[in-house]
Amino acid sequence: MNTKITDCIRCDFPLLIQTNEAYLDNAATSQKPYCVINAVEDFYKHSNANPLRGLYELSVNATDRYEDAREAVAKFIHAGESAEIIFTRNTTESLNLIAYSYGLSNLREGDEIVVSITEHHSNILPWQMVARSTGAKLSYLECEQDGRITDEAIEKTITEKTRLVAVGEVSNVTGRRNPVEKIIEKAHSVGAVTVVDGAQSTPHMAVDVQAMNTDFFAFSGHKLLGPMGIGVLYGRRELLEAMPPFLTGGEMIQTVSREGAVWAELPHKFEAGTVNAADAVGLHAAIDYITGLGFDAITEREDALTAYAMEGMKKIPHLHLIGSEDPAEHNGILNFVIDGVHPHDISAILDADGIDVRAGHHCAQPLLNHLGFRSTTRASLMFYNTEEEVRRLLGSLASVRSRMGYED
Amino acid sequence: MSNRSFYNEILTEHNMHPDFKHPLPDADLVLEGINPTCGDDIFLRLKVDENDNIVDGAYDGDGCAISQASADIMLGLIVGRPREEALHLADIFIRMIKKDASEEEIEELEEASALRDISHMPSRVKCAVLGWHTLQEIFKPGGRKTAEENAVRMRPRR
Ligand SMILES: Cc1ncc(COP(=O)(O)O)c(C=O)c1O
Repeated sequence: MNTKITDCIRCDFPLLIQTNEAYLDNAATSQKPYCVINAVEDFYKHSNANPLRGLYELSVNATDRYEDAREAVAKFIHAGESAEIIFTRNTTESLNLIAYSYGLSNLREGDEIVVSITEHHSNILPWQMVARSTGAKLSYLECEQDGRITDEAIEKTITEKTRLVAVGEVSNVTGRRNPVEKIIEKAHSVGAVTVVDGAQSTPHMAVDVQAMNTDFFAFSGHKLLGPMGIGVLYGRRELLEAMPPFLTGGEMIQTVSREGAVWAELPHKFEAGTVNAADAVGLHAAIDYITGLGFDAITEREDALTAYAMEGMKKIPHLHLIGSEDPAEHNGILNFVIDGVHPHDISAILDADGIDVRAGHHCAQPLLNHLGFRSTTRASLMFYNTEEEVRRLLGSLASVRSRMGYED
Repeated sequence: MSNRSFYNEILTEHNMHPDFKHPLPDADLVLEGINPTCGDDIFLRLKVDENDNIVDGAYDGDGCAISQASADIMLGLIVGRPREEALHLADIFIRMIKKDASEEEIEELEEASALRDISHMPSRVKCAVLGWHTLQEIFKPGGRKTAEENAVRMRPRR
């Protein structure tokens, strides 16, 4: 494999240096490079004070580092301004914020919410809640057996009654990128707002929320080499300004009287309580690291690894890969079943061989049911994985059936 | 069978060639057991006479080799026994998996003792006890003639 990023990249990741395990569960969470771990440590060692509160130098410095992180995120996804970036804990919290704040105050009986069937539970359950609470109807944008969403499905499902459309940019089950631009264009043509879950796209591709023209965009820092506990919600200013706060309390007000309060300006209106400044600073370091590598080099390496893995998997009898035939349409995600062997037994066998994969429904039960599976096994690759790790995966997979007692 | 078998032979044999995985249309007791963390799922069906003897039994479901083989081995052990004996064995089995049963007790489990090593695999303990736990629940008030919807939901134990 001759790629711009080489195996040497692993030296940037302390956990990868220490372990002999092949970590192939990157879609669940990524490993962290030194620069991220050091940035978090450095914040606590040199800048720790409650941001946005104190007037003394240390607090001002903490505030600056926190707001620099916001600026970096805005640039990373090409938001129009950093006030449109709200820090949350993760994708799940970002999506819930939209559902509770925008959803509950703007949807009503007779309206329709369209959710893609390819979604992670965190982009389904908040909309089920909004539908139940408001009387709006929830309908699903269906996909084909290989995970593709067709133009016909988009035309048919998004109707004049549709007020909100929620879709993931990349599926955590098939790895396929959904046609978000087409979905957004159709949604806007009927006057609906759009919510894009970027949890699985942000680690693998450049995102431009303005070119995409989405109203909301959510992602997690931890899947993107950043710390756990820091996530992002992007929203268009005019929508965010009209929305009520999600949580109330300190930090998100201008003035409070006995009777009420005046909310703070964006983005602080949506960041109640002491913020997670250290992890925002860690996310900033992760974004700098990824930007330094560049998505061209990342994609080149991940596609090469994926192609190698898919070639090998095709040769393993009884193994069936889910999704596209094209490695470039997997974004590192390889989801499969092996005839006669339950996914949990597959992952137990791989675990015994020092290979970490995920088995189960991947928090996407409606999609798995739609595709006709109860559970599957998923290996997910990142640019720091190696050909040798993929070779080990293929070797173990080829032995699974015989180790479960099958003759062939 | 090759000696690289991942699970022991008793377990893979019961998983691939189960004796009790079939319908039992005239069952007196039916209960679904679910392991929500990993989605293992079994329907346990028993035929019981007026003296609470288990005269026949079967299961079906979807789950890993451990959950399915454990249920199959369990039925081989309890069919033909009175309720009290079956519950006594379930109690020993669950304690064996928690490393809390004596050697004499484990001997009573006959073939089911082949699952004792699961106690070293914490992430699989719930799979091993699913059938046995469903057996305990099926005899509780409300278990008898329970509708299929009436599922036992095992709490994830972490
Ligand atoms: C597509 C998708 N959406 C949402 C999530 C939820 O992310 P988090 O658990 O960080 O909120 C995940 C990750 O598990 C995901 O893959």
